[in-house]
Amino acid sequence: MTNSIVDKPINILRRFSVTIILLCICLAFALGSSDFFTTSNLLNVALQTSIIAIVAIGMTFTILTAGIDLSVGSVMALSGAIAAGLNVRQELDPFVAIGIALLIGMVIGAINGLMIVKGGIPPFVATLAMLAIARGLTLVYTQGRPIAGLDERFIYLGTGQIMGIPVPVFIMVVIAIIAHIVTRYTPFGLHVYATGGNEEPTRLAGVSPDRIKLAVYIISGFTAALGGVLLAARLWSAQPNAAVGWELDAIAAPVIGGTSLFGGVGTIGGTVVGAFIIGVLSNGLNLMGVPSYYQQVIKGVVFILAVSLDIFTKRRR
Amino acid sequence: MSENKFYLRMEGISKAFPGVQALKDVNFYVARGEIHALVGENGAGKTTLMKILTGALSMDSGSVSLKGSQVEINAPTDAQQLGISMIHQELSLIPNLTVGQNIYLGREPRRKISAFIDWNRLYTDSQELLSQLDVDVDARSEVGSLSIAQQQMVEVAKAISLNADLIAMDEPTSSLTDRETEVLFDTMRSFKKQGISIIFISHRLEEVFEISDWVTVLRDGSLIGSEPIKDLDEERVVQMMVGRELGELYPKGDVHRRGVVLEVNNLHDGRELSGVSLELYSGEILGVAGLAGAGRTALAETIFGVRPAITGDIELDGSPVKINSPGEAIRLGMGLVPEDRKQQGLFLNRAIRENIVISVLGKLSRFSFINFSKADKLAREFAVKLDIRTPSLRQLVRNLSGGNQQKVVIARWLTLNPRVLILDEPTRGIDVGTKVEIHALMNQLAESGVAVLMVSSDLPEVLGVSDRILVMREGKVVSEFSREHATQDNIMHAATGGKVNNDK
Repeated sequence: MTNSIVDKPINILRRFSVTIILLCICLAFALGSSDFFTTSNLLNVALQTSIIAIVAIGMTFTILTAGIDLSVGSVMALSGAIAAGLNVRQELDPFVAIGIALLIGMVIGAINGLMIVKGGIPPFVATLAMLAIARGLTLVYTQGRPIAGLDERFIYLGTGQIMGIPVPVFIMVVIAIIAHIVTRYTPFGLHVYATGGNEEPTRLAGVSPDRIKLAVYIISGFTAALGGVLLAARLWSAQPNAAVGWELDAIAAPVIGGTSLFGGVGTIGGTVVGAFIIGVLSNGLNLMGVPSYYQQVIKGVVFILAVSLDIFTKRRR
Repeated sequence: MSENKFYLRMEGISKAFPGVQALKDVNFYVARGEIHALVGENGAGKTTLMKILTGALSMDSGSVSLKGSQVEINAPTDAQQLGISMIHQELSLIPNLTVGQNIYLGREPRRKISAFIDWNRLYTDSQELLSQLDVDVDARSEVGSLSIAQQQMVEVAKAISLNADLIAMDEPTSSLTDRETEVLFDTMRSFKKQGISIIFISHRLEEVFEISDWVTVLRDGSLIGSEPIKDLDEERVVQMMVGRELGELYPKGDVHRRGVVLEVNNLHDGRELSGVSLELYSGEILGVAGLAGAGRTALAETIFGVRPAITGDIELDGSPVKINSPGEAIRLGMGLVPEDRKQQGLFLNRAIRENIVISVLGKLSRFSFINFSKADKLAREFAVKLDIRTPSLRQLVRNLSGGNQQKVVIARWLTLNPRVLILDEPTRGIDVGTKVEIHALMNQLAESGVAVLMVSSDLPEVLGVSDRILVMREGKVVSEFSREHATQDNIMHAATGGKVNNDK
C-alpha cells in the first residue's frame, strides 16, 4: 500500500508545478524587462503561442497512445499552401479552400495511422517519412514560391481580433476546450489513455486499440492543418518553407506540460501551459535581446529537462 | 438430460500454432457452481483452451455450448455478453488508469447525453463492487499504485462486474501470499454458493486440492482425464500431468558441506535490508524464506551488486570484497538467476545458443571475432546437460516454455563455473516435471562444491530442497532452521513474527 495521505500534497504540487514554473518565468521576465507585462506584449505572446498550442493539442493525443507525429510541421506547410492555392489560383471561397485543406490534413493523418496500425511501422518512422513526403508535396504544389494575394476573410483568421483578442487565440481556446472535454469525459478519451497504458488489456476489454490509434493520427493531422492555415493567414501568404522544425515545439509543449512520452499520462491543460512556456521563453528572451540562435539552444535544453523529469518520475513509480 | 447437467461444454477443440499442435480434440465440461481445476505442465494447452473460451483466440475446430445451446465466441466482447470472463495470468490491468476505469473499461456508464461518461456512477458502482469483495481499495486510486494482491482483487471485481456466470482464472495465486490466497479462495467459495462456475488454473497442487471440486488434466494438448477431486490424490495428478512416475518430488542426496565461501555481515541497503548476516558454505543449498516484502530479493540483488549496499561487508573465501556491480560479482565467481527471467534473465528475441554463451564470448573469440563453431559446441554441451528441449539451438528463447527458459538462464551461469550461485524463485511458474529437474540440478551443483543460495516463496520447495533455511522478516534474518527441524509451521511462525493463526 502506498501511503496515499502523504502522497496527496505532493501530487497537487506536481499537478500545478508546470503552471507554477510558467508563472515564475513570467515573473522573471517582468522583472528583467519593463516591456514584458504590457497588454500588447501579452496578447502578442498569446497570438504567437496559439498556433503552436493548437498543433500541440493534436500531438498530445498521439503521445498519449505512446506514439508521435513528426509530420506536423510539413502538414502545416502543405495545408497552408493548398488553402492559399485554392483561394488564389482557383479563386475558391476561402472557407471552402480551408475546408479542403483541413480534410487533406486529416487524410494525411489517416495515412500515418494506417501505416502504423496496418503496416506495423513504428510511429517515429512512419511520420518521419511523412515529414519528407508532405514537405516535398508542398514544394511541388507551390513550385518553391510563396502564394500571396489571399482573400481578406482568409487573412482575418490570422490577424483579426474579436473584442481585442486575436482570432487564433479564440480558435485555440475552442480547440483546447473541446479536446479537454474529449479526453476527460468521453469513452474515446479514456480509451486513448488505456491504449497508451497497455494495449493488450484494452483489446481484451473489447476496445480496438487500432481504431483509437488511427483516430489520434487523424486528429493530429487535423490540428496540424488548422495550424498551417492560421499560420498562412497570419503571414498573408503560404510559404513553402513554413513551419520547418515546428514538430519540435509541438512535441515539447505536451512533454513540458507533463504528457509522458511513454504514453497514457498527460492532460490538454498541461499542453496549453507547456506551449505558453515555450512562447513566453522566446518572447522574453527576444525582449531581453538574446540572439535567436541562442534561443534555439535554450529551447532544446528546456525540452531535455522536461523529458528527464518525465523519465525521473517514471522511475520513481 | 446430460445436456443440462453441464453449464459449459467444449467438445472436440483443436488448435494449431505454427509448428505445434496446441490442442488436440479436447473435451471439457464444467458444471454449474463448481470450482473446476484445469491442470497440466507448461505448454499442455490450458491457457490456449481458456483463450478460446474467452474469445482471445479462435479455434481450428470444435464446438462450445453454454446451458445446452451452441454459441459462437469470436471476440472478447462475445464472451463477456455470454457471461464468461477471464482473469489472465499476466495481470491485464492498465497501470495509469484508476481502479474504476479499469473495471468498466469498454463498458463505461454514460450520462444522459450519451457521449459522456458518468464518472460518479462509475466510481460508486466500482466502490460497491470492491466492498462486496471486502477489498479496501479506493476506486479512484491509480492501479499502478496498488500491490499485486490488490490488483488481483481488482481483476476479480472486474470479472464479477460483467455479471459473469463463469469465471476462468489463470494462475491467480502465483503472485499472492498465503493470506491473500485465502482471501481469494473465500471469494471463490462465495461465488460457488451463488451458482457461479469457476475454472481454476494453478501449478500449486495443494491449492487445487484445497479448493476444487473437479480436476481436468491436459498433457501436450490432449485431454488425459477429468475426475472428481475426491477420487484423486496429488501423486496421481502429477502422474497424469507428466505421464510418467515422477520419483520423488524433491530428490535429495547426501550433503557434504565444506568451508564457508560467502560471509555477509550486517548488510543494509537503506530501504529493504536492515542488517542481514549470513554464512554460505560450499556444497550446501541455503534456502531463504519469508513473506513478500521481507527483503529476500533485495538480499539476493544486494549481494550480487545489482543494488548498492549502504553498510555491511561481504567476505569471499575469508577476504573482504567490495561488490558494486553485477560485473564485479561475476568476476568474483558469483551468479544470479533472477526472479523475473523474462525481464532480467534473458534476451527473449535472441537464439538459445546466444543466450547460453553470451557471458563467455571473450573466451570464445579471437581477435574480437566470435568463433561460432566453438560457441555452438559449448551451447550444445550445456543444452544437453540441462536437457533443454528444443528442435534447434537457433530457436528464439521467446518461443520456449517457462521451464526451458529457466534452464537457459541456469546454463548461462554454468558456462562460467560459478562458486556461488544465487537463485531467486528458481521454479516460479514452472511445471512440476521441469521443477524436479531444476531441483536435481541444484543438488548436483551443490554436490560438486558450488555454494547455492535459493530464495523462494514456495514453502514446500524451501523445505524440500534446502540443507539449511534462513527466515527473513522486515529486512533481517530472524531464524535459522536445519533441514531436519524445519516445518511449514515453524517457518511461517518465524516469517510472520508469531502471528500465524490469527489471519482472519
